[in-house]
Formats: sequence, C-alpha cells, structure tokens
Amino acid sequence: MGQKITIEPVTRVEGHGKVTIHLDNEGNIEQTRLHIVEFRGFERFVQGRPYWEMPVLVQRLCGICPVSHHLAAAKATDVLVGAGTGEGLTPTGEKMRRLMHYGQMFQSHSLHFFHLASPDLLFGIESDPLKRNVVQVALQHRDLAVQGVMMRKYGQEVIQATAGKKIHGTGAVPGGINKHLTEEEREYLLHGDDYMDIDKMISWSQDALEFFKAYHKKNKAIIDDFAEFPSSHLSLIRKDGALDLYHGVLRAVDHEGKKILHDVDYQEYFKYIDEEVRSWSYMKFPYLKEIGKNNGWYTVGPLARMNTAEFIDTPLAQKEFEFFKQYNGGKPSNKPMHSHWARLIEILHSAEKIKQLLLDPDLMEGELVTRGNKQFEGVGVVEAPRGTLFHHYKIEENDMISMANLIVSTTNNNQPMNEAVRQVATRVMTGRKEITEGMMNAVEVAIRTYDPCLSCATHALGQMPIEFELYNSDNKLIERKYKG
Amino acid sequence: MTQREPRILVYGYGNPGRQDDGAGVLLAERMEQWACDMQLDQVHTDSNYQLNLEDAAGIANYDLVIFADASREDIEDYRLDLLIASERIEFTMHAVSPAFILHLCREVFNHQPEAYLIHIRGYEWEFMGGMTERTGKNLTGALQCIQEFILQYLNNWKRS
Repeated sequence: MGQKITIEPVTRVEGHGKVTIHLDNEGNIEQTRLHIVEFRGFERFVQGRPYWEMPVLVQRLCGICPVSHHLAAAKATDVLVGAGTGEGLTPTGEKMRRLMHYGQMFQSHSLHFFHLASPDLLFGIESDPLKRNVVQVALQHRDLAVQGVMMRKYGQEVIQATAGKKIHGTGAVPGGINKHLTEEEREYLLHGDDYMDIDKMISWSQDALEFFKAYHKKNKAIIDDFAEFPSSHLSLIRKDGALDLYHGVLRAVDHEGKKILHDVDYQEYFKYIDEEVRSWSYMKFPYLKEIGKNNGWYTVGPLARMNTAEFIDTPLAQKEFEFFKQYNGGKPSNKPMHSHWARLIEILHSAEKIKQLLLDPDLMEGELVTRGNKQFEGVGVVEAPRGTLFHHYKIEENDMISMANLIVSTTNNNQPMNEAVRQVATRVMTGRKEITEGMMNAVEVAIRTYDPCLSCATHALGQMPIEFELYNSDNKLIERKYKG
Repeated sequence: MTQREPRILVYGYGNPGRQDDGAGVLLAERMEQWACDMQLDQVHTDSNYQLNLEDAAGIANYDLVIFADASREDIEDYRLDLLIASERIEFTMHAVSPAFILHLCREVFNHQPEAYLIHIRGYEWEFMGGMTERTGKNLTGALQCIQEFILQYLNNWKRS
C-alpha cells in the first residue's frame, strides 16, 4: 500500500507552499512535489494602468523585496521612455539605483543568514524547531545576533536614503532617479552612530564569512553533501564576466560550467526562455528553450551567480570568490548549501560596493533623469537577492500597459526546489514509518537554501502554520502533524 | 531632580497597496499628525510593510510601544492587547510578530518596553490602494482608543 506525506505549508518560507511526498508500498520515494497553492494574477491587474506607475505599483506585490521589483520595473520603463536599457542613464541615476540595490541585497542576505541559516547551522537540523531561531542565537552567540540585527538595519537605512521612504519608495523613476544623496545621508551611512558605519559593516561581513568557513571545516558532510544534484545556473553577468547584481547580459552554464546561454541581451529573453504550466502548481516552470522542457531548467540566486561569474570587482569579495572557486575545483558548485556561502560573499561584495558609491561625488550632484524616443515594449531585469527577476511590459499609444509578464526569482527556482526536495526526501524519508521533526525540517532546509519568496511568486499574503499529512494509497488520511 | 519625559512609539505595519492591509500604516501616519497638533514631542511614529529583526533595535529606546496592524480575526472593529514577549515564529523568516520583536529586544538589547498591539479589523486584501469604508470606521475608533491611551499613559507617568 503506497503512502502520501504532505508538508503544508512550508514554515519560514513566505507565501503558501505545500510539499507532498509519495511513497510506494516498500516505503521508497515514488514522487515529490512542491506545490504553490495561491495565485492572484498581478500581471492581469496592471493591464490598463499607465506605465509610469509601475515602479511604485509593483511594490504591492511583496513587502519582502519591494526594492527589487521597484528597480526591475524602473529598468523596464527606462526602455519605454527611450532612456536605454540600463546603460543610458546619467551617472547619478545609475549609481543611486545601484546604491539602493546593494542596500537591498545587504539587508536581505543578512536576514537570511542570521535569522534563517545560522540557527540551522548552530543548533543542527534535527534540533527543536522552537529553539532554532535568532533569539537562541542571541542567547548563545550574542555578538552574532547583534550583528545580524544591525546589518539588517544598515541595509534598510541605505534603502530609505535612496528610495525616499520605507513603504512604496519612489526613488527610481522612468529614465532615472528622483533625488540626490544628501551630505547628511552620506555621512550617516559612512560614519554614523550606533553601528551605522560602512567599515563596521564590511568588517562584520568578513566575520560572518569566517564563521561560516569555520563551521564548514567541521561540518563538511552537511554543507557539501546535503541535497546535492546537477543543475544549470543562470544570472545576469557584466559584459566582461564580472559579477553584476544590477545590470548586464544573461548567461547560463551547465553543471560542469559549459556555457549554454551565451551572454544574450535580456531585452530578448523570451527568445531563449519559456515557462511551462503544470496542472498541480500555480507557479510556472521556466526553462531554456534550446534545451527543452525536461532538461532546460536552471537555478538562479547567489550560488548561480558564483557559478556564472568569472570574477568580482571588489577586492575582499574577489579574494573570497577565488577561495570558493578553488574549493570547487574551478567548476560550478551544485551543492545547495553552498548558497549560504555564496550569499555571504555577496554580502561582503555589497558592503564594499556601498562604500565605493558613498565616496562617489556623482551621487550628490548631476542630472537625475534622461529621456529619448518613446518605445512600446521594455524589459527590466535585476539580480534580486533570490535570483534573476524579469519585468516585461508592452504599452499602447495612450501609455497604458497592455501586457505584463513577470518571472520572479522563486519561479525561476521552481524546478531546482522540487529537485532538492526529492533529493532530501529520498535520503531521509525512504523506509521511515513516521514523520519526525528532523525529517520535516530536512525538507524545509533544502527549500530554504533557495530563500524562496512564495509571496512574490504567487502574490499571496501568506501565514505559516505547518501541517503534515500521511495518506495511504487509497488517499485515506492516516497521520497528521502540525507545527509553527 | 527633573523627571525625564517618556518615549513613546506608534509603529504601523502592512501594505497600503493591499486595501485594508494598510490600516496600521495609516494609523501611524494619523498619529504623527495628532502628536504634532498636540505638541507631544514624546510621541514618535514609524511604519513598514512588516516587522523584522531590525525593529528590535528600533524599539529598544522606547518606554511604550504600540504596534498597529490590520487584522483578519473575527473582531468587531478594533482591539488593543497587551503584548507578551514570545520567541514563537508565527509567520515566516521574512516577517515576524510584534511579540517576537519584543522578545528579541529583551534578549539582544536588555530592554523590554511596555508594548501593545492594536488590531484593526480589515475585510479586503486585493491589489488596490485605499481602505474599505468599514475599515476606515474601525480605524477612526482605533485612533481614538490609542490617543486616549497615550494621554492616560502620560498622566500616569507624571504622577509616578
């Protein structure tokens, strides 16, 4: 008699997700799926709205990464106003946006590492979930917890200084930005009180990396072997091969590092990427057309970016990148837990970039906006904290949106998350007769390495109790567990 | 010896682009205006889409914190609850509860302000700006409630 185990929804993951694991009569894994069960049709909602509203309007999608949506929408509208495709902005416009973006990356990655990953690493996957949180980190590693909180706060301060406000920021506008950085804001972010100091942030970023590397040295099995599977990797990349989180061309490599998408212009992403709809999930499954639906899926996010990039253009992060690459034998890492490592390298890179930009006089003076000939179609792409984020709009003569397509980072990672669940489920659940906390959390840990934002992907508000259900082959419920 | 003034924070959270979900944020905005009109320099306001770790640092310097949030619970209009610190993660890694923030503040910054959460009943949560009329009425009641609460708190502070 076969069994079906349901994990619903996934805790500490935004939105509403459900994991089902089907066992055969012998207790072997037959099939695993990550289901996304809520959808609100944002693309349809924006049709008929004027394009210039998009950078603010898209922030309704999600309160978790509004800056990424703000910037991706702004880049798409840059094209519509004839300001080019990321390279036509004024120095002030581009640099202010970059500062905003690095602030977002810094705070989002810090949240993920300190609040999510560090409890798992410090206390172990099998430990009591109620005790596996940042408060327990604070009790046992107070310095680490303080750093996590203050790094989050610093990133938020950067966002506020560039976007204008925390909610529905207005900083990025079609063709540029609407403000300079003031001397007061610059000084505060460079040498502010109460830890708001960029050198402190760089130093703490290095400390976090050292913490991770020390943990890795002692726990290679968890970091290197957990849920490993071969995957392709896709991201934006600067034209010279450098890691670039804000702008570039699209590159994908296969699991051995061979280029499978050759630095193409993202304005034509739809020539190379398609999305498959599957009946059991509201979240689509993107894939590279040339390779096809079955094998064309790819991973996005920090680990994918480490795998596509040839170098990093800030010295401290470059040193860490070289060590990362050396550790992986110069090949792409296909180890999901290496995402934590990659994320920490990006935290350091973002902090270094923030410092570079704060010292750049272009942020405090210069033209804010540029315009050209109106266009009727535009694509904006950024590397959001969770991966590549696409915004694609078409407009009518009257400036109203006639078509919108968004491929959010979590959607790009749909198939890899499903693969990761399958890997873990096969390892920890095969032949088990009862659902344990450790088993449930192992599945969640695998999903969490992708830092998914199902709120973005499905546009749900999302509350997160967790439910586990075990069914027999007749679909009769034989066990149910809750947590969260 | 001169008694110091209390420090009070009203913190609204929610997404104003999601209809009634913005009730907490709007309450904070109106409280800012009220505090200005009343010349209550002790009363500060803040708002965000949701609460997160850094808010533990934000509330660490206050004596009284009132969080304001839209609510889907089956309450009539609004409700003011005393917050008990809790390390239970009720939502997700991306957003945490005010009780969790209070707990984190105590553990990381060795301070726990007196804290309350005012729930404002909401009804609609779609991709639209502006609240429903019913939530607007609930907000008016909630505003009056916490304004009276703060004035009483200030009186008690003076007497203590």
